Amino acid sequence: MSQTFHIPGQPITAYVQRIEIKKLREGSNLILGFSIGGGIDQDPGQNPFSEDKTDKGIYVTRVTPGGPAEDAGLIMGDKIMQVNGWDMTMVTHDQARKKLTKKSEDVVRLLVTRKSLEDAVRKSM
Amino acid sequence: MGAEKTEIRPSSASPPTSKIDSLRSKVELLKLPLALSSKTLTERKTQLGGARRGTGGGGAHKPRPPAPDMDNESQYSGYSYKSSHSRSSRKHRDRRDRHRSKSRDSSSRGDKSVTIQAPGEPLLDTESTRGDDRDDNWGETTTVVTGTSEHSVSNEDLTRASKELEDSSPLECRRFAGPVLSGVLGLFALLTPLAFLLLPQLLWRDGLEPCGTPCEGLYVSLAFKLLVLLISSWALFLRPPRATLPRFFVFRCLLMALVFLFVASYWLFYGVRVLEPRERDYRGIVGYAVSLVDALLFIQYLALVLLEVRQLQPAFCLKVVRTTDGASRFYNVGHLSIQRAAVWVLDQYYSDFPVYNPALLNLPKSILSKKMSGFKVYSLGEENSTNNSTGQSRAMIAAAARRRDNSHNEYYYEEAEMERRIRKRKARLVVAVEEAFTHIKRLQDDETAASSPKHPREVMDPREAAQAIFAPMARAMQKYLRTTRQQPYHSMESIISHLQFCITHNMTPKAFLERYLTPGPTMQYQRENSRGRQWTLVSEEPVTSALRQGLVFSLRRLDFALVVTVTPLPFLHLGEEFIDPKSHKFVMRLQSETSV
Repeated sequence: MSQTFHIPGQPITAYVQRIEIKKLREGSNLILGFSIGGGIDQDPGQNPFSEDKTDKGIYVTRVTPGGPAEDAGLIMGDKIMQVNGWDMTMVTHDQARKKLTKKSEDVVRLLVTRKSLEDAVRKSM
Repeated sequence: MGAEKTEIRPSSASPPTSKIDSLRSKVELLKLPLALSSKTLTERKTQLGGARRGTGGGGAHKPRPPAPDMDNESQYSGYSYKSSHSRSSRKHRDRRDRHRSKSRDSSSRGDKSVTIQAPGEPLLDTESTRGDDRDDNWGETTTVVTGTSEHSVSNEDLTRASKELEDSSPLECRRFAGPVLSGVLGLFALLTPLAFLLLPQLLWRDGLEPCGTPCEGLYVSLAFKLLVLLISSWALFLRPPRATLPRFFVFRCLLMALVFLFVASYWLFYGVRVLEPRERDYRGIVGYAVSLVDALLFIQYLALVLLEVRQLQPAFCLKVVRTTDGASRFYNVGHLSIQRAAVWVLDQYYSDFPVYNPALLNLPKSILSKKMSGFKVYSLGEENSTNNSTGQSRAMIAAAARRRDNSHNEYYYEEAEMERRIRKRKARLVVAVEEAFTHIKRLQDDETAASSPKHPREVMDPREAAQAIFAPMARAMQKYLRTTRQQPYHSMESIISHLQFCITHNMTPKAFLERYLTPGPTMQYQRENSRGRQWTLVSEEPVTSALRQGLVFSLRRLDFALVVTVTPLPFLHLGEEFIDPKSHKFVMRLQSETSV
């Protein structure tokens, strides 16, 4: 079930992949190695990765090569659905950033989805 | 007088309370407070005498016996304070009261006798203006032996008398010298054209050439121009002078000189060329008179510009600060000379600045007195004592600075306490006034006085109504005024007349109270028949020079001064930016990307 043309208020059904990223310590910062875009306070029409241009979710816009995110299997264009259990489909950009960069956590467990996942599942059925 | 006495006066058999009350009663008898009670001496003696004798007692919080004094409020109508006691005895009592209070509290409270406006009869005895007012009634029980008696005149009285004399000096003739002179000159100038016309007719009528229609046309124009000149002179110049300036008013002198010169030269020409040879061309003479009137009109235009219009465009900002309490204002004025600017500032002062209250100025003595006490300096056998005194004082100052100083703490708590007290008194006053106002209502025209024969209501005029409802609020008012140190400005008479005024105009209690809750501008406390206020202009530059940047002058009165600083208004560079109304467009914010 894809997330295109999602009706607000209805539950979302999606095929997700679990990705676990261990944060890398660089100086005094813990970095994950990717960049995010999107959020309910941003303009969804400018998102190059979303199929539904009204989708205000959090998307991965860039993955630094050789970083922990790339090692864990995160791909540019992924939509992040959950971070450590926290929902990422209806958050502001800043809230998403805060949930990802908590200093007390060394590991983030993401649930991400992408179009190719759905295709793969359908093909295998 | 229709108000009823509702309270029962406590008889002289009331139980003795404490030493305070007994002494207080004695002191009350002696000092004969100037306001609330109107009892005569014998009445008072019978009321207070006999019952209260006692010893002991400290400074407890005892309220002043309210009932006896307040009872008499209802009987006050028609009693004029001045009528019962002679003026000299009242003055003696004033002096004695002031002496007593002055010697009791040695801190300088400012010279109470010198205020801008001489107060009417104060609401309370003047002893209540001392600084430490913790217990209202504490100080009244002490009796003080002063150096002067009732019949001697001390130095303070002399200064006070001289100041009063100054304020009420006889009308100075100098005030009217300038306007009278210019009035005479103006009248002379106005009558000159008529004289020019009439003299040939009177002196050599036969020899004049007949002059028909053109002359009549000129007559008409002359008449109308004279009328315009007359009206505008009346509008512009015939005003009572507002101030006497220390030096000549330059522009006015210039204009008077100009007018004089004009008229004199015209007369000269007329005398030499017309009267002497008995000129026959009457039309020319009429034309000459008309030209004089034209010239006068132009001089009047010049006067208008110089005296009235030039200073309208603002060019300087004046900061006016009062030296005693720091009240300050900023004003914008145009190009003026220093003395004219001073007059203008004083006009604004009387209506903008809150009234100068000398009782509000000082920090309580308890806070300031601890500063330099407690240090004694011993010199250890040094023989060269040339600079010993300065060394001593410097040592004392250094030691005092190093010592831990808690006076700011005391000041803070004292301020908080004072504010709390004022607020409490104010609350009581407001409630008392509100209740008092509910006792009366306006009689409507359709209601007749005999509406209900069972409860006949007496119809009162405003003065009686005011006196009737003054009694319940008098005490709260008295306490509030005393706490805010305003009692020199409000006598009982003035409060009742203000109350009468408010009742007549259907004002609410809040409107009645606005006069007492905030200290108003000085104009509110002026006497009606003042002879003028004496101010001294102190300046380093000659006072006829124009205002310019950085100029400082001060206006001094006897006990305070206003310091005026001049700064020019900044030059404004005004630019233009045109915004097309269709250019207001909005988009959502760009995708922001954050790296984590």
